[in-house]
Amino acid sequence: MKNIALVKEPRFNVISVRDDFPVLARMIHGKPLAYLDNGASAQRPTAVIDAVDDYERHHHANIHRGVHTLSQEATSLYEAARDRLVGFLHARARSEIIFVRGTTEAINLVAQSYARPLLKSGDEILITYLEHHANIVPWQIVCEQTGAKLVVAPMDEHGDVHVDAVESLMSERTRLFACTQVSNALGTILPVRRLIAAARARGIITLIDGAQAVPHMPVDVQDLDCDFYAFSGHKLFGPTGIGVLYGRESILERMPPWQGGGDMILAVSFGKTTYNALPYKFEAGTPNISGAIGLGSAIAYLGAMDRDGAHAHEHALLSYATDSLRSIAGVRIVGTAREKASLVSFVVADIHPHDLGTILDEDAIAIRTGHHCAMPVMDFFKLAATARASFAFYNTFDEIDRLGAGILRARSIFA
Amino acid sequence: MELNDLYRDVILDHNRHPRNFGVLEPADASVEGFNPICGDRLTVRLKMLGDEIANIRFEGQGCAISTASASLMTEAVKGKTRTEALALFERVHRLLTDDAAPSDALGKLAALSGVREYPARVKCASLCWHTLASALQSADPQHLPAVSTE
Repeated sequence: MKNIALVKEPRFNVISVRDDFPVLARMIHGKPLAYLDNGASAQRPTAVIDAVDDYERHHHANIHRGVHTLSQEATSLYEAARDRLVGFLHARARSEIIFVRGTTEAINLVAQSYARPLLKSGDEILITYLEHHANIVPWQIVCEQTGAKLVVAPMDEHGDVHVDAVESLMSERTRLFACTQVSNALGTILPVRRLIAAARARGIITLIDGAQAVPHMPVDVQDLDCDFYAFSGHKLFGPTGIGVLYGRESILERMPPWQGGGDMILAVSFGKTTYNALPYKFEAGTPNISGAIGLGSAIAYLGAMDRDGAHAHEHALLSYATDSLRSIAGVRIVGTAREKASLVSFVVADIHPHDLGTILDEDAIAIRTGHHCAMPVMDFFKLAATARASFAFYNTFDEIDRLGAGILRARSIFA
Repeated sequence: MELNDLYRDVILDHNRHPRNFGVLEPADASVEGFNPICGDRLTVRLKMLGDEIANIRFEGQGCAISTASASLMTEAVKGKTRTEALALFERVHRLLTDDAAPSDALGKLAALSGVREYPARVKCASLCWHTLASALQSADPQHLPAVSTE
């Protein structure tokens, strides 16, 4: 597997970046951890751990309305995180950034608060074949509630979704187009810019699931021109339990609140409640304050990094892993789209992905095995499961060599 | 924790050459077991003779642990009564989850004891047994819908 000498380590200094992530120094079963499960959840840099720690030790109190010092500090930290997200996503204003638990909650919010009041029997919601269950099930639920129909745009045998195929399914009945930017199961980068343009030309509202995209590419919601964009903090080197829903302000304004409670109101009497302004209208109850602060810190960390260099490194990792895995007899890569994020799904002849995952873990190599919450994609390829190695900028070529060696070892056990 | 304790020769052999694999026709019970965590499916079919498992076969796709466990199970329960088979399930379940569980008198099933060091894989080994328990229940005449040719 060392025969691919053409791939050179780019300028990006992966060794010093690794020092920022304490867990990468861990030993598992006496061997250094090779963490190749970033698509499921990325690791956190010291900066994020410290920001959360500092908040918990010195600044915690409930946010908004408190007049004491701690409450004001907590409020400032929480709202500063929102400001960072405005910049990160290139939103127009902080009113467009809603803190949620994660991508799943963001999509459910849009399904229930935007789609449900609007949909009538016979209306259609359009998604693609590549969606994660989180971008399928909330729409199925709202379809059951309203009599609307879920329409699924096809993919080809490489795992590519073609603009004309999606466009041909956009009709007068289509009310909403929801689509992932990067497939978590195959790594496909979808042509979302063109898909959004096609939808907007027909007056169709668009939601982009950015969970797998934000760790790998810059996102500009104004340039994309989408109406909603959702992602999770923990895939972006931040904490779990925090995520973001970006929404176009003119649309958010028209939407009723999703959940009722504290913080989302201006005035309550038993006769009538006046809702709070955006984005607070959608943030009922005490939010995940430390999570938001941690996510803000993750964005600051990424902002200070050479992201072009990181991107080039990830791309080199993807090419190297693709070539390495292809060179191993019995390995088949599932998902060969023209453009992919740094993620490889694959199967090994005569070895079930779960057995492979257990054997690789013995070598301290963490990969994901299973259906990746994308059972329709697995069914398309007539597979119950695949193995998936997903890379972050802190991964190395050596870790990919170890993955290859681990697969050979598994093959020898099952020979 | 040693890999060759999990993937013992008996396990690898039964994965490569699963015993009692395939369809059983006619069957008194046919139940599909599904592990939503990994997507594995297997079907257990039974032919009963009174209270005794006269024949048992399974089919489906799964990992080495689930295939070998099902194969070993079919060998172990053939000829056993319903009560004996369920008692064996109980003992295998303890073997898979309890470090102190004795493995004596379990015969080849004792090869599954390595699984308990891998908590994420216990369900792989127990799927076939849960499916068998359900099949035994559906093969129980008291649970069968009344069928009459009269």
